[in-house]
Formats: sequence, C-alpha cells, structure tokens
Amino acid sequence: MVFARVACARVPARARVPAIAAVVALLLAALPLGLQSQTASPEPVRTQAEGSTEQVVAGLSQDAVSITTDFTGSEILIYGAVKRETAPPDGGPLGVIVTMQGPSQAVKVRKKERRFGIWMNTSSLVIGAAPDFYAVATSAPLGEMLLPAEDVQHRISIPLAVRALGQPVGVSDATDFTSAFLRLREANGRYRLDEGSVRLIEDTLFRADIALPAALVEGQYKASIFLTRNGHVISEYSAPVGVAKVGLERWLYRLAMERPFWYGLMSLGFAVGAGWAASAAFRLVQRK
Amino acid sequence: MQIFLPIAEVSVNAFVLIGLGGIVGLMSGLFGVGGGFLITPLLFFIGIPPPIAVATGANQVVASSMSGLFAHLKRDAVDLRMGWVLLGGGVVGSFLGVGVFNLLQRLGQVDLVVQLSYVVFLGFIGLTMLRESVASLRASRRGTAKPRRRGRSWIDGLPWRVKFRKSGLYISVIPPFLVGLAVGVLAAIMGVGGGFIMVPAMIYLLGMPTRVVIGTSLFQIAAVSAFTTLMHAISSNTVDIMLAVLLIVGGVVGAQIGTQMGARLRAEQLRILLALLVLAVCFRLALELLLRPDDLYSLQ
Repeated sequence: MVFARVACARVPARARVPAIAAVVALLLAALPLGLQSQTASPEPVRTQAEGSTEQVVAGLSQDAVSITTDFTGSEILIYGAVKRETAPPDGGPLGVIVTMQGPSQAVKVRKKERRFGIWMNTSSLVIGAAPDFYAVATSAPLGEMLLPAEDVQHRISIPLAVRALGQPVGVSDATDFTSAFLRLREANGRYRLDEGSVRLIEDTLFRADIALPAALVEGQYKASIFLTRNGHVISEYSAPVGVAKVGLERWLYRLAMERPFWYGLMSLGFAVGAGWAASAAFRLVQRK
Repeated sequence: MQIFLPIAEVSVNAFVLIGLGGIVGLMSGLFGVGGGFLITPLLFFIGIPPPIAVATGANQVVASSMSGLFAHLKRDAVDLRMGWVLLGGGVVGSFLGVGVFNLLQRLGQVDLVVQLSYVVFLGFIGLTMLRESVASLRASRRGTAKPRRRGRSWIDGLPWRVKFRKSGLYISVIPPFLVGLAVGVLAAIMGVGGGFIMVPAMIYLLGMPTRVVIGTSLFQIAAVSAFTTLMHAISSNTVDIMLAVLLIVGGVVGAQIGTQMGARLRAEQLRILLALLVLAVCFRLALELLLRPDDLYSLQ
C-alpha cells in the first residue's frame, strides 16, 4: 500500500476516500487471479529516466495464461499508480502507455502478380522475427504523448516494435511488403492500437485491460508500462506473462511432438474405430 | 461451442466442424470418394493452417471411408483382390509423389502446381463423366441401352492375367497396378485420397461394374490415407487429433446416410451427381486463379 499513501499526498481530502477505495478494490480484484500463477519466470524490470521524480508502480491481474480446451481468449488487467516523492512537476500532462508483446517468429510475406492470365505468387520477403501478438493501449492519442525520437528509442508504436526485432533484407520495395504485413496483422487483430483505452484517474491511478485473442501462441509474453511527460518517457516498467497449454491440450501437444508414431496410431485407431462403430450402429437401427 | 485445437493453435466452433465432417462423409458414402478434395479447401476457409488441414483431412478420410467400406463389405460390393492390386500401386505411387512434392517445394511453386492440377484433373474428369453418364441415361430411357462392351484391346494382350471374380473381369494385373500408382502420385501431390480419379478410372479404364467400384475404391482410399496420416504425424507433426475427432464424429454418420442414399439411386444418376460436384469444385478453384485476389499480399 505504499503508493496509496504517496498518492494521497496530493489528492484533496474530499477525494481521498474514493481514491483509497479504488486502490483497495483494484488489489482485491487482482488477488484471486494473481494467486493462480506459480510459474517461475523472469523478474519484473523497472527503469527510470534521469531527473524524473515520478515512478510507475504496477501489477498484473495474472502473470500466466493457461490455454485450456475451452479457451476463447483472455483478458489481462494491468493496473498501477504513479509514485512521487515530491509534488507533481509542472509541464505537459502525464501519459500512460501499456503494451503487450508476444513471442517472435519469422514470417514470410508473399505477393501475387498476374502471369499468363493466372494470379500466382511471384515474390516474397521474410521478416526475420515479428511478434505474434502486439497490443498498445494509451491514455491519450499516441502522437500527442510520445515524441518520434522517444518512440524510436523505446520502440513503442506498432511499426517500430515490429521492425525492432527483424530488419527485412533483400527485395527493393521492402517497405511495400512490411506495410502490407502490418495491414494484414492489424486486420486480423494480431496487432492493435487502442488509443485512450487506459483509464487514468487524478494523474495517479491507472488501469488497462488487454484482450488476448483465442488463437494464442505459447511462449513468454511481455507487458510494459511507460509513463510520459512532454513526449518523453520518464519511467518504464515491464513484467513477463507466460502463456502455456494445460491439461488435455498440453498432453496431446507433447504426445504429438515427442511420440509422433504413437500419436499417429492413436489418431488412426480412433478413425477406424469410429468408422466401424457408425457402420455397426446404423445396421442395428435398420434391423429394427 | 468454441474449442481450442492443440496442434492448429486456433479456437473454432465445434458444431461447424461436426457439420463439415457430416457433409463430406455424405459425399464419401454416396460416391465412394474420400472427400479430401472437399475437406481440405473447406478447412482452409475456416482458418486452419494449410499443412494441418491437409494432414488432418487425411485422418478424417480414413474414418469416413472405413465407415463406408464396412457398409459395402456387408453388401458384398468390394472386390478385395482388385483392391490389393490397386493398393500395391498406390503405395509405390505415393512414395514417388512425395518426392515430386518435395522437389516442387524447393522450386517454390507448389501451391500453384497443386491448384492447377486440381483444375485440370477435376475439369477433365467432370466433363467426361457428365457427357458419358447423360448419354447412357438417355439411351436407357429410350430403351436402347447397349450392354457395356469391352473389345479386345492391347490390355488383353498383357501377361499375368488374374480372375477378378467380383468384378467379372479376367485381365492382367498391370493396368490396375498402374492405375493405383498414378492415383498414388496425384494423391500425394494434391493431398487427397484420390477417389475422384480412382472411381472414373475403374469404370472407364478397367471396365469394372459400378456396383463394386465404390466399395473397392473405399478400400484403397482407407489404406492409402491411413499411410499418409501416419507419415504426416511422424514427419511434420501436423495431425490435429482434436480437429480430427470432431470431423470424424460428423463424417461417419454422414457416410452411413450417404451409403443408404446411394443404394436407392441409379448408377447413371450417381455419376451425373458426382460429375456436377467435381465440376463445381473445379470452377471455384479456377476462379481463384483467374480473378484478381482481394489482397495481393499474403502471410505464411
């Protein structure tokens, strides 16, 4: 409850009770979910810009996502507060940016052209490593909160976050391919920018809900929070989120990868058995 | 009801999958085709990654053709001796086909070759069958149906003649072996069981009676797809058993209904229906090649 005390320092007495209530409510809501996770994963990391007196303190509703048979996506609540030793500095408004980034994979972008009256793939470009999922949530329009130079340094906006990981090589019109790649990924919801979806209360408390899609790749995800003032990032916090299959999903996946012959036989056995069973069942029905 | 598929890593509606399996199973029982040429494009359409769609499609084909095969065995409509000869050719052919497929993959144009061969083969077979079966239906209506006649040709001069009692044939094993081999090659390249090629080849090339063609074709398809499924599971881990189970549940029921329907229809009518189905799939694939795609770029 450190940040609640600090937060109260600048909140007028009348607003104090609701502010404390909000923090308590946030923590209580987060508790049961937070208890589910026991995965050993890297520790959260916090970095602070020099000369900045404001620091981000944050938590996640869960630091692990389990993919079960009925998994249809998940929502992660990222909440926190701004910790201050002194009164808030003058200047531009405070901004909060929350990002969630999935594990990276190589992606091949292919382009079709018409040859001999037929549309066929004629050229392609491999993007070395692009995150499978990337979402950005902000408390205000991103362009107003973040200077381009700061964006380049911290790689926050979608094009920069993707390019940060793999520089495409080869093809001369590489930009056409990378922009097509971003357009396709944004169209299917893998890359998302939700401006204004971070709720910031009294320049102190904030929360963001990041929705993870149903088609989720296993691996280590990273949630990051950036505090900005006057377009500069003044404090940064990031924490890992592990995404893994559990139960039947995990058992089948492991079997398919580690004992492919037996897995294949099992699949065939089911197919033959089901074929026979249906045939036998229909014969019984007909006889009556 | 949404269900997460462990290998495909996507969440899909279970009832949609059961329904898809049912439709394809119906085709299987009715026409003696495995349905691979229908299930694979349908799975692409609902967002299953292509390699998983191909491998799991093969697994589904095993179940639906098995279900049909048991029904045909009960009706004594399977020429097992012919089936084994075709299967021998099919296994050799699928080994050759996998080699060709890998070569095309290195050249980077495998998708195009697969699509083009679908259009060419489906178009040719569909048109030939439609013309022939409409003509024979008309002839039988007029009451001037001629008995199917097989003149003495080079086929009768080949060695190793064997009696195929159920088919009423006494021919060399070489033509059926070659038919099986050709279908095996095409099946491996196109990722299908090959029933839509096998059935017309048995009727028109080997001169088998339509009554035993479907059961015998199902026997060959079930065995070749089982072999393919196991190969896919071992070499590329692309069989999704959860997806397969849902497709199979719908598929085996559909196959039984299809077999019942098939027993009540005339052979010519069955052939016309299959020809129309083959032409419809051919037309859809041709459109894909000829029309400008919505998006020139795609991700892989």
